Amino acid sequence: MTTTTSTTTGARQHPLDEYLRADRLPHIWCPGCGIGLILNAFLRGLLKSGLDPDKVAVVSGIGCTGRAAGYLKLDSFHTTHGRAIPFATGLRLANPELKVVVFSGDGDLLAIGGNHFIHAARRNIDMTVICVNNFNYGMTGGQFGPTTPPTARTTTSRMGNTEASFNIPYLAEASGAVYIARWTTAQVTHLEKSITEALVKKGFSLVEVVSPCPTYYGRSNRLATGLSLMQYYRDSSITRHGISTRNAAIDFNGQITVGKFVDIYRPYLPDLRGRYNGTSA
Amino acid sequence: MSDGKYLSGEFFMSGDEACAEGAINAGCRFFAGYPITPATEIAERMSERMPEVGGTYMQMEDELASMAAILGASWGGVKAMTATSGPGFSLMMENIGLGVMLETPCVVVDIQRAGPSTGLPTLTGQGDMMQARWGSHGCYSIIALAPNSPQELYDLTITAFNLSEQYRLPVLIMSEAATGHMYEKIVIRPVSEIEITARRKPVVPPDEYLPFEPGDDLVPSMASAGSGYRLHVTGLTHDERGYPTMTAEAQSKLVRRLIDKVERNKESIIRLEEDGIDDAEVVVCSYGISARVSLIAIEQARQEGIKVGLLRLITVWPFPEDRVREIAGHIGAFVVPEINCGQISLEVERCAGGKAKTVLVPHMGGRVHDPESILEVIRQVAR
Ligand code: SF4
Repeated sequence: MTTTTSTTTGARQHPLDEYLRADRLPHIWCPGCGIGLILNAFLRGLLKSGLDPDKVAVVSGIGCTGRAAGYLKLDSFHTTHGRAIPFATGLRLANPELKVVVFSGDGDLLAIGGNHFIHAARRNIDMTVICVNNFNYGMTGGQFGPTTPPTARTTTSRMGNTEASFNIPYLAEASGAVYIARWTTAQVTHLEKSITEALVKKGFSLVEVVSPCPTYYGRSNRLATGLSLMQYYRDSSITRHGISTRNAAIDFNGQITVGKFVDIYRPYLPDLRGRYNGTSA
Repeated sequence: MSDGKYLSGEFFMSGDEACAEGAINAGCRFFAGYPITPATEIAERMSERMPEVGGTYMQMEDELASMAAILGASWGGVKAMTATSGPGFSLMMENIGLGVMLETPCVVVDIQRAGPSTGLPTLTGQGDMMQARWGSHGCYSIIALAPNSPQELYDLTITAFNLSEQYRLPVLIMSEAATGHMYEKIVIRPVSEIEITARRKPVVPPDEYLPFEPGDDLVPSMASAGSGYRLHVTGLTHDERGYPTMTAEAQSKLVRRLIDKVERNKESIIRLEEDGIDDAEVVVCSYGISARVSLIAIEQARQEGIKVGLLRLITVWPFPEDRVREIAGHIGAFVVPEINCGQISLEVERCAGGKAKTVLVPHMGGRVHDPESILEVIRQVAR
C-alpha cells in the first residue's frame, strides 16, 4: 500500500453510497489495486441477495484488504491479524440473526490465520469468506506469502519464490467448505453473482478473488500496472465450473482456473447445534 | 436446590465449577475455550450448562481463536467468557489488547499453573500476575481479581462480569490450580437476588450515535452488531466515530482515556480485605491461595506476640497504590508471599517507597507455601 489516494467525484448519490462511509473517502488503496473493485462487487452482490443490510456484519483482519471493513457502512469490525474468522465465529454464534462476512486477504486468512480457516470450514460455520488473493503481502511492501506462486519474485524472494503455494479452493474443499468459487477482478459480473450465492448459502462459503497488486507484486514481476495485470487475468482465466479443485492450482504467470467449483449441502453450525440441543438455529 | 436452570443453595464443588456457575448467574451466554489443565473443568461444565441456559459453548482450535471468539460474541450482544492457564493466557495476549482497544466487555479466567513454558501443568503457580497487567503490547490499564476460594471464584466471576460491562473492558480472574481444583462448600443465592450490571446500550438513534464518545465516567455506550447502528470498530487508533485516525493527538486522547477510565474509577473498582492493620508492625500483603496460606502464619505469629496484619488483594489490578502507601507510613515491613519469584512484591515495594521494608517470600511453584516459610520471614522482620 502506498499513500496515493483516489478521489470521488460528483455530488450525485450512487446506489451504493448508502453502504459506504463517504466521510472516510478517499480510500487508502493504490491506483490500479483490485480491492476497491471487489468491495463494490461485494456491495452489489449483497444488494441482490435480499439480505437486510442492518443484519450483515463484516469482519476483516489486517492488511490492505483488511481495511475494507472500514469503508463499509455496515456493522464492521477491523480485528487482529489472522483472527477475523474466530472473531466472526463468536459474532455469528452469539447472534442468530446475523449474516457474517469475513472480507480479508490471502496472507491474513491463510498464513497467520490458516488454522482458523480450516477449522471454520471443518465446522461448517455459517459465514461467507471473501478472500482477496493478490499473491503477496501488500501492506508491508510485497513479501511472499502462502499463495505466492513458485518462482514469483517478491521483496523477500528476489531470486524467485522457492516455496509451494496453497491452492485455496482445494484447501477449502478438503477442509469442508460447502460453497467455493474463484474469479479474478476481470470477471466482476460473475464475481458479483458468486458473492450473492455465497451470501445466501448456509454454511461456510468461500469466494476467492484473484486481484492485482500492481504496486508490489506487479512491479516485482514486470506486471507493473493494474492494467497489465488485468490483461493477464483476461487472457489467462479459463472458466471451468465444477472442476475438481485439486486441478485449480495457480502457477506463476500461468492459467487461472475460475468458476464455481463446489456447491453442496452439509449440516452447519449453529443449525446443527440447535438440533442437538432442541433450541433454535 | 435450583430455580429451573440456575443453581441456588449450598453445594460442594470445585473452584473451576464454581467459576462456571458464577458466569452463568452473571448472565454469560457464550463460552469459547480450548482444553488446558488446570482450567479444563470450567470448559467441561460450560459445555453442559451453556445449552441448558440457551447459551453457546464453542471449543475453538486454540486460545488465539478462543479470545477472538469471545470478543466477537460480546459485539454480538452476549456476555462472554473464556478460561485457560499460562500457555493459553500467553496466546490470548494480543486479543486481550484488541478487547481493550475495542472496549469489549468479557471475562478471561486464568487458572495459573507453574511455568515458564509447559512447566508443571497440574501444579499450582502465580507466575502470570505481571503478564495480566502488561502482557499485551502498548499502554493500557486492566482489571484483575484474585479469588482465594471456590466461593470467591463463584462470587468474583459475577463481579468480573459486572465490572467488564461497567467499564467496557476484558476483566481477568487470576486464580490458580490450588483454588481451581479445590473442593469446598459454596453458597449460591437465588439468581433473582444477584445484582447484575447490564450492557450500556446507546440511548440515541443511529444517526446521532458516536460509538466511542465517552460518558462522564469516561466509558462510551455500546451498540451491538445487527441493531441497526452500523458501527465501525477497529484496533487502529480511532476517534469518537470509531474511524482510524493516525495522529499522535488521537493516540494520546484515546489511550489516555482507556487508562483513565480504570485509574480514575479505582476507588469503586478496588476491593481489599484487611485485618489487624491499624496497630501492626508487619503486614502480610498477599492474594489468592497465598493469602489463605498466610493466615496460618499470621495466626502463629500473633500467638508469639508479633503485631502482624493482613492486606489481601482481592483486586490486584488496578493496584491499590494509595492504600499500600498509607499503610507503609506506619508499619515496619510488608511481607509478600507469592508463588513466583517476585511480581506483586515489586508493586508493594514501589508504593512502600522506602517508608517500609518489603520482603518477598518467593516460591517457584508446584505447591503452595509452607506456612512456616512465611512465619520465619515475619519473625525476622519483626525483630
Ligand atoms: S494490495 Fe497492493 S496495490 Fe492494493 S493497496 Fe495494497 S499495496 Fe497497493
